[in-house]
Amino acid sequence: MISGTMLARLASPRTGGLLGLAAVIALLPLALTNTYFYDIAVLVGLNAIVCIGLNLLIGYAGQISLGHAGFFGLGAYGSAILASRYGWPPLAAMLATTVAVAALAFVVGRPILRLKGHYLAMATLGLGIIIYMVIATEDKYTGGPDGIAVVPFSIGGFVLQGERVWYWVVGALLLLAAWLALNLIESPAGRALRALHSSEVGAEVVGINAAEHKLMVFVISAVFACVAGSLGAHYSGFITPGKAAFLHSIELVTMVVFGGMASTFGAVVGAAVLTTLPQLLAAFEDYEMMVFGAVMMGTMIFLPRGVVPSLARLLATRRDATADGEGNGV
Amino acid sequence: MQYLLTGLTVGAIYALVALGFSIIFNASHVINFAQGEFVMIGGMATVSFTAMGLPYLLAIPLAIVAAALIGLALEKFAVEPARNASVITLIIITIGASIFLRGLAMVIWDKRFHALKPFTGDTPIAIAGATILPQSLWVLGVTLVIVLTLSWFFGRTLLGKAMLATSHNRLAAQLVGINVRMVLFLSFGLSAALGAVAGILIAPITTTSYDVGVMLGLKGFAAAILGGLGSGVGAVVGGLALGIVETMSAGYLSSAYKDAIAFVIILVVLFFMPSGLFGKRGGDRV
Repeated sequence: MISGTMLARLASPRTGGLLGLAAVIALLPLALTNTYFYDIAVLVGLNAIVCIGLNLLIGYAGQISLGHAGFFGLGAYGSAILASRYGWPPLAAMLATTVAVAALAFVVGRPILRLKGHYLAMATLGLGIIIYMVIATEDKYTGGPDGIAVVPFSIGGFVLQGERVWYWVVGALLLLAAWLALNLIESPAGRALRALHSSEVGAEVVGINAAEHKLMVFVISAVFACVAGSLGAHYSGFITPGKAAFLHSIELVTMVVFGGMASTFGAVVGAAVLTTLPQLLAAFEDYEMMVFGAVMMGTMIFLPRGVVPSLARLLATRRDATADGEGNGV
Repeated sequence: MQYLLTGLTVGAIYALVALGFSIIFNASHVINFAQGEFVMIGGMATVSFTAMGLPYLLAIPLAIVAAALIGLALEKFAVEPARNASVITLIIITIGASIFLRGLAMVIWDKRFHALKPFTGDTPIAIAGATILPQSLWVLGVTLVIVLTLSWFFGRTLLGKAMLATSHNRLAAQLVGINVRMVLFLSFGLSAALGAVAGILIAPITTTSYDVGVMLGLKGFAAAILGGLGSGVGAVVGGLALGIVETMSAGYLSSAYKDAIAFVIILVVLFFMPSGLFGKRGGDRV
């Protein structure tokens, strides 16, 4: 029952949830006994930032994207090329890349977001693949399929190095990302997004500019992915085009859906589970891929709403047998 | 002319995969991202069966049946239990299935490339200043036969008409006594068989391996979208167009970017025709 109330609080929005997330980030190092665990925690944090942004697009606005790894890859390569090849300060490189990616998302988002359902899936998938191919082919700048080395992140002489330092930086940014996302969801814009999720025509009838709102959230999610990509490149010190590949896009979407659509903390849980899972599955060696696919299918079949909303709902109905069952986590 | 012939061959394969997407989409409004894996299974299973010493006449039907059975199993155990889930959940289930099947193939077979012997020799035939492999003729011929058979099946047989009716209006089809669950079940078997045929036909030309399904699946999906989801004509035209555009751009522009150019063209088409070339232009219901 104790764990029950804790989970319920985790699933509750805003303050409670943010405090819970902050507590998890603060207490987690107690369990991280070596740098390998820190390394995984940093990767979880970076994926979680992308997923929080992607969840705004998929979970709240109801627009699918199968190409977000493209934005992640652009962030990573933008930073890598500007900082490592042209010697820009990493922060300036990251900002310039982010502005460029936001502009790109703004320009392509307008026509793409006119499409619906599977056509939108196709267009975003195509966009991701085009970005991937450019990165993999333009080896003069990107190093091609072999990848490229990236200098460590530094601000004014202070160099960010080591898993532990990165852990706190990424943890803080994750909190910031979650706070931004929750604020957006609770704002009038967030309500507009949910309205157009249920019915685009209906939303327009009551005066919501559906196109503008979809474009806004598309750009925001692209920026989240881009920043996480930049940081990830500096953190790992080496990147390959695989970061921008279709499979990575799928992984990101799976994290969002696994954790639970329209649940910011669900996105974090999804990122945590699906980033650590392959590490655990490495024990299966040749069977790793099979097990991963089976887990993916199994969760979606038995928990189609994702882990966090499904659990929140289960708890809600347990606690109150007469509950109407509409316990849709936020 | 050479590029046109090569493009048509590749395009015919895309068309077969795209038809598989369309058939399942019509029956269930699900996009089956595991479609590419059936292509892989078809090719790899034929390789195995011929390695056991079976002649093509036995190996090919066996491989098609194997793929169809896996397709039916996929519907029964993965799609059917989740039929009330949202579109994106179903997409992830089928992607999970494709990863699972690819992993399975890696365990059963290996990571190497396998070649299949052409059905009838490999002496190129000269046509109007270009050459064509006998295997390409097989690809084009078999695709033509399949397209004709499918149009007969959907236009003239009771089962085919039942499948069409289900695609137009599921509830109404159920009301007039069509077993829509059976239709959904069969559509997966049929699509899997089509995918397997595509995989077997192309294997002698491009070789096959456990991960050949990824790109072929994506291209088939792209072709189905280009033509307009759910349209049979669209799938065939989309597939052929995609194949020709791809080989032409590889030949005249840049071979490194041939896949990218195909996707750029699809994006451009979608900007102007948001439902593809032959797609239904439905209004939004509030």
